[in-house]
Amino acid sequence: MHQIAAINDFVVKFANVNGSGSASANGLFAKSIIRSGVPVAARNIFPSNIQGLPTWYEVRITEAGKLGRRGGVDLMVAMNPQTWDRDVAEIEPGGYLFYDSTKPLPPEKFRTDITVVGVPLTAICNAKYVLPRERQLFKNIVYVGALAALIGIDLKVIEDALSEQFAAKPKLIGANHEALHMGADYVKANLKPLGLQVRKSDQVGDRIFLEGNSAAALGAVYGGATVCAWYPITPSTSLAEAFMGFCDDYRTDPDGKARFAIVQAEDEIASIGIVVGAGWNGARAFTCTSGPGISLMTEFIGLSYFAEIPAVIFDVQRGGPSTGMPTRTQQADLLCAAYAGHGDTKHPLLFPMDPRECFEFGALSFDLADRLQTTIFVMLDLDMGMNEWLCEPLAWDDSKNLDRGKVMTYADLEAGRDFGRYLDVDGDGIPYRTYPATHPTKGAYFTRGTSRNPYARYSEEGSVYVDNMQRLLRKFETAKTLIPAPLTIKAKQATNDGVIYFGSTAPAMHEALEVLETKGICLDAMRVRGFPFSDEVMDFIANHNRVFVIEQNRDGQLRSMLINEGQIDPMKLPSIRHYDGTPITARFIVSEISNLMGAPATRIPEAAE
Amino acid sequence: MTYIAKPKFAHPNLKPNSLGYTRRDYEGSVSTLCAGCGHDSISSAIIQAVFELEIPPHKIAKMSGIGCSSKTPDYMMGASHGFNTVHGRMPSVLTGANLANKDLVYLGISGDGDSASIGLGQFAHSVRRGVNMTYIVENNGVYGLTKGQFSATSDKGSKSKGGEINHDAGIDLVGLALQLGATFVARSFSGDKAQLVPLVKAALLHKGPAFIDCISPCVQFNNHNGSTKSYDYVREHNEAVNRMDVIVPRNPIHVDYEPGETKTVTQHDGSILSLHKLAEHYDPSDRVAALAFLSAKAALGEIVTGLLFVDPASQDLHDGLNTVDTPLNELHDKELIPGAKVLEALNASLR
Repeated sequence: MHQIAAINDFVVKFANVNGSGSASANGLFAKSIIRSGVPVAARNIFPSNIQGLPTWYEVRITEAGKLGRRGGVDLMVAMNPQTWDRDVAEIEPGGYLFYDSTKPLPPEKFRTDITVVGVPLTAICNAKYVLPRERQLFKNIVYVGALAALIGIDLKVIEDALSEQFAAKPKLIGANHEALHMGADYVKANLKPLGLQVRKSDQVGDRIFLEGNSAAALGAVYGGATVCAWYPITPSTSLAEAFMGFCDDYRTDPDGKARFAIVQAEDEIASIGIVVGAGWNGARAFTCTSGPGISLMTEFIGLSYFAEIPAVIFDVQRGGPSTGMPTRTQQADLLCAAYAGHGDTKHPLLFPMDPRECFEFGALSFDLADRLQTTIFVMLDLDMGMNEWLCEPLAWDDSKNLDRGKVMTYADLEAGRDFGRYLDVDGDGIPYRTYPATHPTKGAYFTRGTSRNPYARYSEEGSVYVDNMQRLLRKFETAKTLIPAPLTIKAKQATNDGVIYFGSTAPAMHEALEVLETKGICLDAMRVRGFPFSDEVMDFIANHNRVFVIEQNRDGQLRSMLINEGQIDPMKLPSIRHYDGTPITARFIVSEISNLMGAPATRIPEAAE
Repeated sequence: MTYIAKPKFAHPNLKPNSLGYTRRDYEGSVSTLCAGCGHDSISSAIIQAVFELEIPPHKIAKMSGIGCSSKTPDYMMGASHGFNTVHGRMPSVLTGANLANKDLVYLGISGDGDSASIGLGQFAHSVRRGVNMTYIVENNGVYGLTKGQFSATSDKGSKSKGGEINHDAGIDLVGLALQLGATFVARSFSGDKAQLVPLVKAALLHKGPAFIDCISPCVQFNNHNGSTKSYDYVREHNEAVNRMDVIVPRNPIHVDYEPGETKTVTQHDGSILSLHKLAEHYDPSDRVAALAFLSAKAALGEIVTGLLFVDPASQDLHDGLNTVDTPLNELHDKELIPGAKVLEALNASLR
């Protein structure tokens, strides 16, 4: 029988039961491989449930640093009887099945084209532990030990990680080390190593492993946010919780007083209302949410646009519409965020591609909000938000100051500077504002969502309204120069074909470009990093005959925005869309682009793989 | 909304307060509400209260939602920043503004549609959260701007101008505020300035959520026979539990006086104020008793006015959050940004 043989390049998938304590053991497994110098891409696949339903953890071990989801499974760790059949079916031919062999299973429960590796985990644990809770939790560590022996992870690396994890509870260190060795010892005594092996390498470098939500929250701290109002919603909740943790650590005075205010509001409407109130009053404020929250916030986002009040929204996108697939990933809030609000509105969006950019853009968004006096969206998704990703270390330039934008001070007003809250003094469409209470007699104005003249006086005069709407467009033009520029990867050979992608699609896209090149398909690739699109994006499209637009939603939302904003011929932009809730893969992109290269651009693609 | 600024002209003998501001300096644009609207009387009472308390006008933030009442912040304190937000959402915007700068005086002005219908949730949560604010509902029991629909505070059985009977139970915001933990709760009547001005003053001096339900007849749509919010009905059914006045600046609020007793107090500006209890056995420091009293009187069709509850030892949202003394909007970069070194240590912990 064929057995897959691979070193530092294979996929291990853990099938577990939600709430069984497996998450921490699986994380330990991934971390140990990273510490062996081998890059890892790890993803949780979990249901909207607290305890009892199936959950998976997929680890791609990739010395070459391919951090997108690969698809397919080489080694299945099947710990959940509920999903046994589909888990076994998912294994690549020649792959491996690891299972708890305590209770015998009939032969029809297995496949003949895979290698089956049984370890009597329950029996080992029952012999050693008495308490049911211990039996359950240590079973997870026992399988990590067994797997380490099977695929060649240095036990010392895992021991060190366990020692760090339980530094605060030293009693547990020894017990965990013991469980680890029980698993490894069983394998050494009874089984042979698999064809899949981890070998120490140096390909991780100084990269770090963290969640995009944490990174974005840290970005908010570095961006000077002092007010956070939020309402719990998957997958954004951990962003607010991370902000709380970082603020406790870095924004607390020695006497315990807080240089921040965090309010868990009664709903998303109140959350954004608090953010708008704080922004109006000169504090940097944000909320974090997901699609359903954006729907609720829409009226306030329109107010922020029209009354020109800084606000930041982190949108950690999940599967929609409606409640959709709350624990699955998508990039499907683009249109609703970009054009949120009734009447003519548009809002800047930032598209980070990984936790490092979540941090960077998270901090930047507050400068942009103050500079542009409007709502800035930072568009994460569940894949990068709730999974730990390997990324470049976070960096900060201490010489950099926060950009508070155009704020008129007491001294400016005293010096007799003309203050018109909606007056375009500099020709960039951005007016000056005052914080409340700046000056006893000058600089006060009445903020409203109704039409007004440049001096903030109510007006329904048609020409006054039109002038203001035109100024808002000029401001949006200015935004083009401020949002992060797109990044281009030129093909090795000159080509008339291009591809545009963004956000968490990046790692799969980068891998796909390499694979396509080996097939003789050369594409210039542009990663857009924000909206409004800069001229560079439109030039890129103009300079190619055909530009594929890759995204993780059903309707090709980025493509619609490109067509809408750039007056692009739709035929020029073939659409590739992956939206089944799992992260897009290089395999999918390669197959779609290969198919489309000869086919008409309007072909409707299959649903995701 | 008005676009008519008031002329700067004022009577040359207007007496300034100790800050040098005359009452005229606390006024705003010309009101565009209907002649005789109760809301204009409330605006006038607010202007009088702020003037007498000698609050610098720019230290006040005026917040409102949408509706007739929500237009009124434009008609007072022209040197204050104001924010006319979205319908029913003033409380959240006020909360955010308050979090950004704890040093300003926050005046939230709303109506019965804005607070009891579309904004009931935000009203409730801002009160239970303990936001330091004066929250005034100008309560006319009707939607004025959209011409006469019942609002959620319309009493069951009351009659619209067109003769329609309201079948829905009315919401009593005072009862709700008490239940939700407001630390200052009062009801008044736009036609009773003598009662209203001191209540507004006391509310502005209060730390924490101070709520005033001010019945304010709508002369266009809710001032007819069969309405329970008309001038005549309210005058006939008004039962004031006390008369309360405030000594400036920041005097304690006296609530421990004998029934029927009147205390006279001379203010800085020479005016004589009195503290007088009208209803026997009424104790405004007892939240539970206040609720029971209100319910009993409501069953008799009486409208209880006055200072209904006050907790002088109240705390606010900032106390709960333990924020620094410096307003958050005044913190500098070095107080906000942990810096590159911290990041290096964090990176190291994530490998």
